[in-house]
Amino acid sequence: MAVTDLTSGQVRRFARPHTAAVLLALAALLALAKPALPEFLTRVPGWAVLPYDVWMQGLFDFIKDDLGLIHVTRTISAGLEWLLDITANLLYGKNRWPYLGPIPWTAVAAVAAVTGYALKGWRMALLAGGTFVWVALVGQWEIAMQTMSVIAVAAPVAALAGLLLGLAAWKFPRFERALMPLLAVFQTLPFFTYLLPAVIFFKVGPTAGCVATVVYAVPPMVLMTALGLKKVSSEVVEAGHMSGSTRWQMLRHVYIPSARTELLVGVNQVIMLSLAMVVLTAFIGMPGLGAKLLSLMNSLKLGRSFEIGVTIVLIAVTLDRCSKAWVVKQPEHFERGTPWWRRNQVLLIGIAAFLGFLIVAQFVQVADHIKRDQDFSIGAEIDGVIRAILSNKAITGITEWLRWFLITWVLIPFRNGLLWLPTASVVLAAAAAGHFVGGRRSALLAGAFFGIVALTGWWDRSIITLYAVISAVVLAALIGLPLGILAARRKKWAEPILLVCDTAQTFPSFVYLIPAIMLFGVNDVSVVFAIFIFATVPLMRYTIEGIRAVPEELLEAADMSGATRRQKLLKVQLPLALPTMAVGFNQAIMFAFFMVIIAAFIGTQDLGQELQKTLAGNQLGKNFVLGMCVALMALSFDHIIMRWSANRRRALGVF
Amino acid sequence: MTDAAPVISCRNVWKLFGADPHGYLASAGRGQSFEEIRKAGYIAAVRDVSIEVGRGEMLVIMGLSGSGKSTLVRCMSRLIDITGGEVIVDGQDVMALNERELIELRRRKMGMVFQSFGLLPHRTVLDNVAFPLEMRGQDRHDRRERAMEVIKLVGLEGREEYFPRELSGGQQQRVGIARSLAIEPDIWFLDEPFSALDPLIRREMQDEFLRLRGMLGKTIVFITHDFDEALRLADRIAIMKDGAVEQCDTPDRIVLKPATEYVAKFTEDVEKSRVVHAKVLAQPINGHPVDGPAVAADATVLQLARQLVNESREMLPVADKSGRLIGAMNRQEALDILLGSV
Repeated sequence: MAVTDLTSGQVRRFARPHTAAVLLALAALLALAKPALPEFLTRVPGWAVLPYDVWMQGLFDFIKDDLGLIHVTRTISAGLEWLLDITANLLYGKNRWPYLGPIPWTAVAAVAAVTGYALKGWRMALLAGGTFVWVALVGQWEIAMQTMSVIAVAAPVAALAGLLLGLAAWKFPRFERALMPLLAVFQTLPFFTYLLPAVIFFKVGPTAGCVATVVYAVPPMVLMTALGLKKVSSEVVEAGHMSGSTRWQMLRHVYIPSARTELLVGVNQVIMLSLAMVVLTAFIGMPGLGAKLLSLMNSLKLGRSFEIGVTIVLIAVTLDRCSKAWVVKQPEHFERGTPWWRRNQVLLIGIAAFLGFLIVAQFVQVADHIKRDQDFSIGAEIDGVIRAILSNKAITGITEWLRWFLITWVLIPFRNGLLWLPTASVVLAAAAAGHFVGGRRSALLAGAFFGIVALTGWWDRSIITLYAVISAVVLAALIGLPLGILAARRKKWAEPILLVCDTAQTFPSFVYLIPAIMLFGVNDVSVVFAIFIFATVPLMRYTIEGIRAVPEELLEAADMSGATRRQKLLKVQLPLALPTMAVGFNQAIMFAFFMVIIAAFIGTQDLGQELQKTLAGNQLGKNFVLGMCVALMALSFDHIIMRWSANRRRALGVF
Repeated sequence: MTDAAPVISCRNVWKLFGADPHGYLASAGRGQSFEEIRKAGYIAAVRDVSIEVGRGEMLVIMGLSGSGKSTLVRCMSRLIDITGGEVIVDGQDVMALNERELIELRRRKMGMVFQSFGLLPHRTVLDNVAFPLEMRGQDRHDRRERAMEVIKLVGLEGREEYFPRELSGGQQQRVGIARSLAIEPDIWFLDEPFSALDPLIRREMQDEFLRLRGMLGKTIVFITHDFDEALRLADRIAIMKDGAVEQCDTPDRIVLKPATEYVAKFTEDVEKSRVVHAKVLAQPINGHPVDGPAVAADATVLQLARQLVNESREMLPVADKSGRLIGAMNRQEALDILLGSV
């Protein structure tokens, strides 16, 4: 039996690249023979493009009005609105029940500092408290609190919804099988496709922003919940059963506490995704940091944009570090007979500080709120500095040359080349790549995904999207991979760079546009540049981690075999790190697909631009069709790369 | 040692893993070997096992990894549903119990100790030990009091507010033992309780275990892969291989008369004089004239070594604790065991 297994395995291993090569050759042939090709192979003819957007619109209208979903969602939005009003009142004094707010900024900052201390000591206290002090002093308290008031509702709701869905997925395998592909699509849908339905089904304003945020932030919580519950050690489960636990007791006292780490990692991701999305809800007119940033960037006020960027980054880092500290925080015991006030010391200090500042703020105006003329904003000055730097001949010379070079010699030719390719040839190439990694099924999947994109009639726009993604990721790989490899060589370098990458990954994608616009102005190069920085981060991070994860023993074995550093890198470290690096590459591509859509407001000509237009016209059907084009392309890449990575891992015997 | 009705009795118990184990067992019959079953695409974790455990008895199930010993003990507590046969615990067919009754049985009668301790990481020692009591709804004060009693019993006093990760492996297993004893179970399952500990601690824990066992007098099923541990602790040993029981007998008899070649491989290197007791060697007196002082029935041959060498009598009388004569031991036979020439 074993022998037949082996041979059939070998036959398949040879057969796969063979078929893949034939497919690829066919694709090349079609491209070369383009002038002679019949019209329908070059582009899907107009008559074959069916009005999917109209049909989808009809379907949505049917669900919305005839099935009455709108009433359900309006009820939900009433509930959400009530919650949002409470946080809005408390944080920035919106005139709604319970009419208590706004809480003085000093009290909020003090509570943040004490929370930071409770989670990880003095440095965290400084970071958390300092963030809020900065926000207040720089005069952005109100807009920052508008943003925070939505996160304060969206993150808990998303975490709870994710927990329940994750529980269901863990309990019912059939539900899990149905849910997982849906989540994959959700994670690749462009954010505009979250925003428009939210606006249509839930009232414009904070409610829609909150709903879009919740939906966007739920998937990782579902995955982490299901993962965590599956990982609970079987002996702990058996110990629960042998203690005579009922099903509810098992869940409440055994499963959920034992899965604490994974659940809290899920919560961390929920918080970070919430922040990223809340900033983007500026596109549907949600007030807050995002909206301010958007309007400042539109009017090219780079200094103030920079300040807001710093605020967003500080808030992101604080939320990320605090929630990660919560993940690793272990309970510590108190000796028997410790009085209750000692056990709850930090909590008491927190309450005391909160009340103390509440009282102080009644008498001291600056402790309550910072007035417009009291803030320390130096946006105008920074503006001046940036202008001075940018008017420096040497710098403008470099950026302008780069811009000219990239546009004329790289981007435009590449874009035109991609656009010139016959549709059939691109679809075949995708299928070839699929066949190479995963055989017939993957070939069908990748081919079909691109085929569907072609049939929607949005081919050219999709190709322009793809062009921006590919050029930026290739640039990122050209720079990120060597840097990552260099950094991984020395522990001294690797750790700080990893820290920088980790931190940079928590930044909401929006802020990456600030330096791009500063340097290159508003054009294709800054789009590619923004994607490029955004995508370099995961590439570097996974390269370093992949190389560092190579077991020390193997390196020693290579040393003892007399390998030079170069040989060691090429023959030992890189081959073993490749599966991990592929994961980074995949993440870079997913990030790029996300970013390219955001860049729409710079004035791209791709799917993002069309998507942005649907927002104005409430064209839900078209929005959905465009969104699916982006998702299908992203999913093809995701499938092919992850499949390849998994294959390599299996072949290497590492998991 | 055992009274009439066994506490646990397994009759022709089968546990198969695979696509349709019930269907396969029904169609293929019960005479299949482990290999035949494996070829059919099933794993026979437990294969036609019949075992009884008497009240107050300690049965040790010994086997190498993959022999099905852990599965068998889980069949007894119905952590795993069996494929065929029946398991009777205290007169109840455990497979016939509904969820409620099963929970009740575990809350009143069973305790279990696990190889990797199975402690709940978010609870203190006290709360871990009180966990089974909490599950059955005992009030907070009562359960803490009882938990403290057991914590003292296993020698962890002063550590009750610690979290499991703050304790050493041996201490963690003491918590596991305390938890399993909190409800005062009649039946005590121990699944390789000392395998995860290093040798010195293991020895210490075995002594501790023997002490507890002497105090509590429970019916015990103890799993181990360590033959020496089995010999040291057991009333009876069941040796398992490929899901089936190869031999089930007292340590003395297993050492003296291994039933199969497989068992013999384990007994080969054992120093038999440490295991064999005088009472096993005692033959009926049948009118042989025996005189002089008697040797104790539960002394091992090794403990009698000096006397055996110096003795001149051919037959030595053997007497139990109360001084009653139970038979006579052939000195030559005992010397053969002592010198390892059996």
